[in-house]
Amino acid sequence: MRLMRHLFASLVAASTAVLIFAGGLVTSTESGLSVPDWPTTYGYSMFTFPLSKMVGGIRYEHTHRLIASTVGFLIVVLAIWLWRTEPRAWVRRLGYIALGAVITQGVLGGITVLFFLPDPISIAHASLAQVVFSLTMTIAVVTSPGWMQAYSTHGPAPDDRLLQRMAIVTAVVVYIQIIVGATMRHTGAGLAIPDFPLAFGQLIPPQWDEKIAIHFAHRIGALIASLCVLATTGHVFFHHRSRAELVRPSILLLVLVATQVTLGALTVLSHKDVLINSLHVVTGGCVLATTVVLALRAHRARFGRTVGVGATGAGSTQQDPAYTVRVPSRGHA
Amino acid sequence: MNVLIRATSLILGLTLAVAAGACGGGESTPAGTAAPAATAVTNPVDPATAGSITGSVKLEGKPPAAATINLSSDDYCAKQGPKTTRTFVVDGDGLQNVFVYIKDGLGNLKFPVPTTPVVLDQKGCWYEPRVFGIQVGQPFNIVNSDDTLHNIHALPMNNREFNRGQRLKGEKYSTVFTTAEVMVPFKCDVHKWMNAWVGVLPHPFYAVTGAGGSFELKGLPPGTYTVEAWHEKLGTQTQMVTIGATESKPITFMFKV
Repeated sequence: MRLMRHLFASLVAASTAVLIFAGGLVTSTESGLSVPDWPTTYGYSMFTFPLSKMVGGIRYEHTHRLIASTVGFLIVVLAIWLWRTEPRAWVRRLGYIALGAVITQGVLGGITVLFFLPDPISIAHASLAQVVFSLTMTIAVVTSPGWMQAYSTHGPAPDDRLLQRMAIVTAVVVYIQIIVGATMRHTGAGLAIPDFPLAFGQLIPPQWDEKIAIHFAHRIGALIASLCVLATTGHVFFHHRSRAELVRPSILLLVLVATQVTLGALTVLSHKDVLINSLHVVTGGCVLATTVVLALRAHRARFGRTVGVGATGAGSTQQDPAYTVRVPSRGHA
Repeated sequence: MNVLIRATSLILGLTLAVAAGACGGGESTPAGTAAPAATAVTNPVDPATAGSITGSVKLEGKPPAAATINLSSDDYCAKQGPKTTRTFVVDGDGLQNVFVYIKDGLGNLKFPVPTTPVVLDQKGCWYEPRVFGIQVGQPFNIVNSDDTLHNIHALPMNNREFNRGQRLKGEKYSTVFTTAEVMVPFKCDVHKWMNAWVGVLPHPFYAVTGAGGSFELKGLPPGTYTVEAWHEKLGTQTQMVTIGATESKPITFMFKV
């Protein structure tokens, strides 16, 4: 049953990524207002809107709404599942937070339609989507068999404070970069600097306005985020190369960052090709989620020491060893 | 573990704070679309002395070739026949779909508001007309003559923005503009190629160029006026024109591409 719950949480996380891609398609095709009403669709209930009427921009917007409803339903099920079966109170709380976040996300989506896509609301909608994705990914991680066993196959999980700090800083920097990217996207600054890798043929833009500043900030943010990822993954490879639970997300992170930078460049060079632009959005989400996974796993030893003893909750009457792993190690592995 | 919960709550809080700030900073809009209270206004222009400004708008140079529009996203629109962009509608050297109007010179004169509605039709997956004028407070009807869904999305700077869905053939939406504004754009977010513009004025002295790029502003009282010509791509040009009693003065605007 525990494995089923983990697989279900993984499915929810994957479906959230699909939702983010669908949302990226909506903004890339500028279809956000092709359905002017909410929560109805041209007066129909969202679920009875005829497929034959899904024409033009409605295809993107209405499909996004249907996927969002599905993801919302899946998160409701996940939250209830955790509430009924999860002994760890903080994991149950994560389920409630994810549920609250996805409901808020839906309301923000509705508000942004009804108020004609005000930039701050649209930016908040885009930014919160990545939080929902990271939350579902977090639940998937902390319900996984590897987490339960404290990744102890190759010895106790390391309690490397430096790695923990670096992983958290990287996740925060990546999230800030995503917010800047969302700001660029929703203020129409995506092509404010039309060339790449230079800016108007120079390293620093020779002219400035609000949009150029936002666009340039996103490029600088990409550089900083990439350096953070390189430093964190480099630390993993140098100090923890025997820890598969850290090495795997590090390799994935490097691949994703390389892909993301390439997609960002192609977005400019292709003049915001719809598919490239949308892939850039969802890949950014995957970069964030992977940094969160790495940060969680880097902290696993701390979870083992502080959580578990007597951590029985709803649906549990006896202590499960999987929740009480204690790892005494400190410092670099 | 509490650190994780607190961090998550902080991120959620920050995101919502951004959204809350947006709600507080938005421009307020009138709640309704009711026409301003009608007051009886008689035409202040003496027909015996009224003059006119006639002329044409010319285009110098060769405009870009009209591009074929991809209609594959809606079978109904595709069945209406191929479409090309309508940014430049040229008749000889005359430029059509240019909005010409009196920008200044009428002082504080008040003009009666017509009760006949101006109609913007969604027909054959186009807006008809593409460029038009209306008076402040004049009834404005938007109708859907197509057997497909459209949304009519107005993006004014000074009037109330609206976005209405029309899913059925024959559906109508009625509204009015409460403030003068040149121009208010419309777009259909379902069909990206559908665009229209309306000039909203407090007086009836406007025209849209037709065949040969010609126009006529008639019924003007004698005086000196700033006449502006607006084109969706080429921007605006203005001219100062003085007309005497019963005089008809010809002018020409020359746009270049």
